[in-house]
Amino acid sequence: MFNYEKRLQYPVRIHRTDAKMAKAIITQFGGPDGETGASLRYLSQRFAMPYREVMGILTDIGTEELNHIEMICTIVHQLTRNLTVEQIKEQGFADYYVDHTTGLWPQASSGVPFSAATFQSTGDPITDLMEDLAADGAGIRTTKTLCQTVCRPRSPLRTPPQKHLTWRCSQCFFGNLTSG
Amino acid sequence: MSQMERKNLLFYIDAVSFAALDISLYLDSHPEDEEALHYFRHYSQAKQQALHEYALRFGPLTLDSVSANCGDFWKWAKQPWPWEMEDC
Repeated sequence: MFNYEKRLQYPVRIHRTDAKMAKAIITQFGGPDGETGASLRYLSQRFAMPYREVMGILTDIGTEELNHIEMICTIVHQLTRNLTVEQIKEQGFADYYVDHTTGLWPQASSGVPFSAATFQSTGDPITDLMEDLAADGAGIRTTKTLCQTVCRPRSPLRTPPQKHLTWRCSQCFFGNLTSG
Repeated sequence: MSQMERKNLLFYIDAVSFAALDISLYLDSHPEDEEALHYFRHYSQAKQQALHEYALRFGPLTLDSVSANCGDFWKWAKQPWPWEMEDC
């Protein structure tokens, strides 16, 4: 079972709204390589895994991806709060707004709804683990392209550069999000 | 109970929680690493103590720590949720 902790895994506090940025970032919620897919992938695959250590890892990283979903949703929520209809139109958010206003709905940036067809759970440990490696690569790629698209020098998402073994953006928040 | 003290304690909880979580992932595949076990115990204990203190002074972050500060109303639901920006 799951327990909730009333805090984010990494704090999010965005003062400058930006609906255009929100529309790019929402793909990490419901897109083909987003956190929802990541979480459901691991939490689904763990049942047929024949090794306890791997059941443990899949359970723990599947749970951690839920933390990431919550951070992404918080980012999108704070980027779109208190916007006027004029700002929504100017910032290219009108098509999302007519269907969902500023509610959170799992979709890709392009508007395609979240689909379980973006991941597999085969019951075969080698197949599933290979898929997990591919998904990890795809997650890092999404992070890179998001940075190319939305990162800006004085971004509200900016954090200090960090040294790490995997690729990280030194400019912004997404540098801290590598998939599980 | 100053707002600054609350923020500092929350920052501390975030930090020690991350340390405990990160080493727990390592322990899943290295379950007999004594150094890692020691590291986990240290940060997990620090987290539990801090959660308890936070619940007593400011309100609960987990349902398990509610009993420490139940008070006369249900703070769990009445206090801000993590995506709000009430304290800014």
